[in-house]
Amino acid sequence: MTTEDTAMRALTAVARPPRPSALSNALVFGWRAVLKFRHVPEQLFDLVMTPIMFTLLFTFVFGGALAGSSSDYLQYFLPGILVQTVVFNSVYSGMGLSTDLGKGLFDRFRSLPIWPLAPFAGLMVGDVLRHLIAGGIILTIGLILGYRPEAGAAGVLAAFLLLVAIGFGTGWIFIVLGLLIRTPTTVMTLGFSFMFPVVFASNIMVDPATMPSWLRAFVDVNPVSLMTTAIRGLMAGGATAGQIGLALLAPVILTLLLAPLTLWIYTRRR
Amino acid sequence: MHANDVSSSADHAMAISARGLVKRFGELAAVAGIDLDVPRGMIFAILGPNGAGKTTLMRMLATLAAPDEGNATVMGHDLLAAADEVRGAIAMTGQFASLDEDLTGRENLILLARLWGFRGRAAGQRADDLLAAFDLAYAAQKQVKDYSGGMRRRLDIAASLIVTPGVLFLDEPTTGLDPKARQDVWRMIRQLAGSGVTILLTTQYLEEADQLAARIAVIDRGRKIAEGTSRELKAQTGSGSLRVALYDPSRLGEAARLLEARLGHVPQPNVEGGELSVAAGSAEAASAAVADLLAAGIELSDFTMGQPSLDSVFFALTGHAAEPSGEPTP
Repeated sequence: MTTEDTAMRALTAVARPPRPSALSNALVFGWRAVLKFRHVPEQLFDLVMTPIMFTLLFTFVFGGALAGSSSDYLQYFLPGILVQTVVFNSVYSGMGLSTDLGKGLFDRFRSLPIWPLAPFAGLMVGDVLRHLIAGGIILTIGLILGYRPEAGAAGVLAAFLLLVAIGFGTGWIFIVLGLLIRTPTTVMTLGFSFMFPVVFASNIMVDPATMPSWLRAFVDVNPVSLMTTAIRGLMAGGATAGQIGLALLAPVILTLLLAPLTLWIYTRRR
Repeated sequence: MHANDVSSSADHAMAISARGLVKRFGELAAVAGIDLDVPRGMIFAILGPNGAGKTTLMRMLATLAAPDEGNATVMGHDLLAAADEVRGAIAMTGQFASLDEDLTGRENLILLARLWGFRGRAAGQRADDLLAAFDLAYAAQKQVKDYSGGMRRRLDIAASLIVTPGVLFLDEPTTGLDPKARQDVWRMIRQLAGSGVTILLTTQYLEEADQLAARIAVIDRGRKIAEGTSRELKAQTGSGSLRVALYDPSRLGEAARLLEARLGHVPQPNVEGGELSVAAGSAEAASAAVADLLAAGIELSDFTMGQPSLDSVFFALTGHAAEPSGEPTP
């Protein structure tokens, strides 16, 4: 018998440990998302470059014309760019999912005796981390440029919690797309072509007061506007419970509709 | 405690027992009613050309695809009624390395070890043991995207052994590997089988089935068209073949006439010349033919009596050649 045979024999006499909980399964997938950040730090670059460019461009190039002065505009724009970043960055989990499915990684996960939704929970953990990191960087740049959250640290904390909830809700859109579409870039293109009009026809960049009335009618009920209004309110102080409720409406509806749909598509695929 | 003790309480000797499995994709029946019995501890090969339904059959048995008709027990668990128990008793290595390219080899194994329920240091230890057993310790900290094809395949199989499975499914385990890497994978498969793991593998390489498997099921167009040991399958084509090499190639024509007279089949010369092969009904007939050559003063540098190759078996069974043509060169 060779030493390799001995090694193999030792290997194959392994008992199965007690079955872990669903939460434990989900946390393992969350750990995977963290590892991805460590191994692919470039993705952080993608994550924050666009919002940083937007912040600088709008503040210094358009800000004066839009709000009288750059510093006044930054005060208006920064909460909005946080919402935009979170909504756009939700695309990454869908792209990751599409990649994993294409490579057969999910076949292995599905042939394991684990909680079926655990891989999705892991994607969500990755999303939340992305939102917090990107949000943190943008807020820091804003502070350096002169943005002052009037509601202080507590207001910022509350705004970030709401941002995470918003990201969680919109994340489902891309997870469903990721499940249905095999090419990650198509997930991105399709997702963005839907997200762009919704993000730009909102109150993120400009006060809708100057818009034509038909557009204003849309902007006023656009979920992204509702989210932005609540985030602005939380960071500046004076957000009402009603505003926060309206901001949460879309994420809650998306989760209630799309989480079961995700599970249905996922289990039906076999 | 052995992981597969749980299921061995079910008192039958079959690791897999499938009846009437059917899987349709639209109009096309990828698997059109297959019965399969795989005894425990055996290496069992499903042989067939591309698109024969091998992968679909395996995916059904591994709970990845739901059968449209039929059912099976895997390690004593009902495939339909107890899918989760089946998952606990099997592992599957798919056709494409199911690994996270961005993570290191070690992290991939730790991830799966934790999903199985190993905690903290035990998960790391499990990963290290597997990496060592699969000659991958040196690449433990490398990202999988920097692995060669052979390394990926080894890691992929290691990933299936976090918890010793009752049945290990290997879907085309050596497709795309170079000859050295293929030999390594074959050696590992034999070692695993030696330690009691039942292995069901699919292959389109006749040589692979011949080399590894104790039993072979030949699948074509969603149906099982033959099953048996490699020897039995070869016997189904009726005859072996006699190959003779002459010292004096100029007497090839004379030798061919003598062989044909004795055996009743037309001998085929080999490409280089100096050799003849001819179908021989039995070993007795073949030795009589050799005796005829010697009696005529035709000296032989070599002769062999061989069974027909699985290629010719496949051709005889299906009426078309196996693809690619038998030689597992990538």
